[in-house]
Amino acid sequence: MTPLLEVEDLRITFPTRHGTSHPVDGVSFSVARGELLALVGESGCGKSLTSLALLRLVPPPGQIQPGSAIRLDGTDVLGLGPEELRSIRGRRIGMIFQDPMTSLNPVFTIADQIGESVRAHQKVSKRAARARALELLQEVGIPDPTQRLDVYPHQMSGGMRQRVMIAIALASEPEMLIADEPTTALDVTVQAQILELLDGLRAARGMAVLLITHDLGIVAGRADRVAVMYAGRLVEEAATAELFARPSHPYTKGLLASVPRITGAVTRLTPIAGTVPAPTAWPAGCRFHPRCPAALPRCATDDPPALPVGNAHRMRCWLAEAGRA
Amino acid sequence: MTGSLWRLMLRALTSPSGRLGAVIIALLTLFVFVAPWLLPDPSAMPDLMAGAVPPGAGHPFGTDQLNRDVLSRVVSGGQISLSVAGLAVLLAVTLGALVGGLAGFYGGWLDSALMRMVDGALAIPRLFLLLLLVAVWEQMPLGALVLVLGATGWFATSRIVRGEVLRLREAEFVLAATALGAGPGRIILRHLLPNVAGPILVAATLGVGDVILLEAGLSYLGIGVRPPTPSWGGMILDARPLLTTAPWTSIFPGLAIATTVLAVNLLGDALRGALDPRSA
Amino acid sequence: MTRWLVRRTLQAVVTFVVVTVLLFVLMRLTPGDPLERLAGDRQMSAEAVAALRHKFGIDQPITTQFTSFVAGALAGDLGVSIEHYPTKVSTLVLSRLPASLLLGGTVLLLTFGIGIALGVFQAVKRRSRADRWLTRASLTLYAMPSFWLGLVLAWFFGIRLQLLPVAQMHDPLLDPDASWLVRTGDVLRHLILPAVTLTAVSLAAVMRYQRTALLEVLRLDFVLAARARGIPERQVLWRHAWRNALFPVVGLLGLWLPMLVSGSVFVEQVFNWPGLGSLAADAVGARDYPVILGTAMLVSAQVLLGGLLADLAYYALDPRVRQA
Repeated sequence: MTPLLEVEDLRITFPTRHGTSHPVDGVSFSVARGELLALVGESGCGKSLTSLALLRLVPPPGQIQPGSAIRLDGTDVLGLGPEELRSIRGRRIGMIFQDPMTSLNPVFTIADQIGESVRAHQKVSKRAARARALELLQEVGIPDPTQRLDVYPHQMSGGMRQRVMIAIALASEPEMLIADEPTTALDVTVQAQILELLDGLRAARGMAVLLITHDLGIVAGRADRVAVMYAGRLVEEAATAELFARPSHPYTKGLLASVPRITGAVTRLTPIAGTVPAPTAWPAGCRFHPRCPAALPRCATDDPPALPVGNAHRMRCWLAEAGRA
Repeated sequence: MTGSLWRLMLRALTSPSGRLGAVIIALLTLFVFVAPWLLPDPSAMPDLMAGAVPPGAGHPFGTDQLNRDVLSRVVSGGQISLSVAGLAVLLAVTLGALVGGLAGFYGGWLDSALMRMVDGALAIPRLFLLLLLVAVWEQMPLGALVLVLGATGWFATSRIVRGEVLRLREAEFVLAATALGAGPGRIILRHLLPNVAGPILVAATLGVGDVILLEAGLSYLGIGVRPPTPSWGGMILDARPLLTTAPWTSIFPGLAIATTVLAVNLLGDALRGALDPRSA
Repeated sequence: MTRWLVRRTLQAVVTFVVVTVLLFVLMRLTPGDPLERLAGDRQMSAEAVAALRHKFGIDQPITTQFTSFVAGALAGDLGVSIEHYPTKVSTLVLSRLPASLLLGGTVLLLTFGIGIALGVFQAVKRRSRADRWLTRASLTLYAMPSFWLGLVLAWFFGIRLQLLPVAQMHDPLLDPDASWLVRTGDVLRHLILPAVTLTAVSLAAVMRYQRTALLEVLRLDFVLAARARGIPERQVLWRHAWRNALFPVVGLLGLWLPMLVSGSVFVEQVFNWPGLGSLAADAVGARDYPVILGTAMLVSAQVLLGGLLADLAYYALDPRVRQA
């Protein structure tokens, strides 16, 4: 069975005053129907840009390079015209964003904004769209939904607004949901509720989810598979349990070491030394080698390809070849 | 402080329109103050019988009804217009910085009183303030014109400076300086002034354009720069009856005003862009 | 709502009182006595001048003058014109108001209509050649003195091409029994040149505000979110982005009205348009101080009222303000 979404060798460039920037530089992955794939990395690694590229929303002057491929159910998304593209955006792939405070339009009511999304893809009357909005508010667990229909975004809390964003994303029953840091801007208790909600909706609708996050802590126990991104590339990819049991790339190990654990005795956090380099000047060889505690001499000159380290477990690191992972 | 202003100016000059504006201003200023040595002596006895001669050899901009060379008059009018505008803006900016700084720094009733006054002053169109101030002044010296143009131009600047000062007063580094026992004078000089210098420079540059237009307007109404001192607005006033017979007498002084104001505004715009890149 | 409205109106009233005080102070600051010139011009005797001084209250102590001026101003009594003695300033000013409002209203509609359209176009095509040239063109127009542009247009369209009338508001030779339609057409023909001149010099501000405001909004998350859910681009631009980018443009009205009023002094003078602007310009020529003061007062009131209306519009448009 073909995967729902396939991304092959995705490259995005931005012209800048200091030369061309390559924030996403050869990313490939796929998402199966109903699967939850977590794309994990620090800010600046290119994960948000990757998610925007899936809907061809890379902000200008950024460009997806020729040779990249994005296929939804076999359809080449990069070759679509504006109208066909619109039939994917919101219709087949829904998207929610980091900050629910700013991703709702402040001058329209909740019913207006959900109804608009319904009517963007289905020929229904305003009244029917409003009825649908009410159903959706119920589905995402907003208490007192009838009262909330005619409320403006600024009158709601952050968690409620993110629920509204989810309702909007669900309006046309998409096969896939992209959630870009959906809980980063929220309180910890609200975070858990939103993640529960996403989990429940995925199960109920059989919807695939691409969860973009910098927080490995929210991935465990939720994601089917995890892909770790660093400096514009995927550096490690595995099933969630496998990744947590046998993290292999030194960067992944570093990330895991910096996640606070509630269980277990490990209380010391070890942050990774240094910062992500600038996308205009990626280091030669392995991009992680300047920060890598286990770097070999060849890491400074030779760029490692994706190498297998186990069952459906791959990483871009020479240690895989050396069998020392 | 001068360092940050230099950087701002250099950054403004990286934009093409900023460069264009700066070059035009430099050339105009140079021309207006150097040309008098190259041009025919304006006090030379004109040939009154010849009247207004169209542009041609000897008189590139033609002559006016009294057979005076229009180019010479545009040049000497330019000296007056540029000097008046420059001095008036200097005065306005100083007043604005002073009032805004006082209001922002001391706050309280002083702030409320000053800002209520500025509110009121901003509600009266500046031209009308000027009309009231100069209309009944029979023999107004040029210095008085500079004074009133400056005294009516500081309201917006004072608002900007006050806003910046209020913002900075709460900023960490100023709180730190206060905690270290720095007095108000020192804080204003060392910390606040360098931070408001940029916005003030932008306001001043754009203010020069406004003042050139206002001075031209007042002179056109006969109450700005008074004859026999030449001015661009006054030349257009004199040329009005000749509109059908000798249009060049009004076209050239008008072009001089438009070019100067455009150049100043291009530069001011580039400065604003350099100060806040998001507005470009 | 009502509380906000009351507070905002009170604020405007307070500002107007400040305006009145400022105007009085300015009047007294100026060296020279408006009556001196009149007396000189008309060869009046010392007694006649003294009588006039008494009439205008200039012989009273300054505090008395101040209270009577403020009281009069607030009651709508702005004194008596010197030039058109003994016509009241309020009568003169009111007789010129309709023509001013017609010209000002037309320019307002043209400037904001064209300025918003071009500003949106520039924002959508930002950094393109068209965007740059529109900015340059509008800045060039903005740099032109309005009286000069008016004269040039009058010369070209009125005198060279003989296309449009260049003076007054009506054709004096028009049959007074002409139909309503003919008379309206006549006024409109007279309106074209002054309205175009004023619009041309004041367009740049609106274009720039709209361009900047829309660019700011187009960067916001909710625009991206609207695109991501497949809302058609036209709807994203106008319904989502432009609605939010309209606030600063509405707010501009308060800053823009003084510009319009000042510009109309020159343009009305050039085209002999019988409005407040040409009244003020003529009063300047005649040193008719009470009339200058009266027009200054009226235009300031207009500016304050405009600002108040802009705030009301703001209020109607933005739910965040409405429920604050």
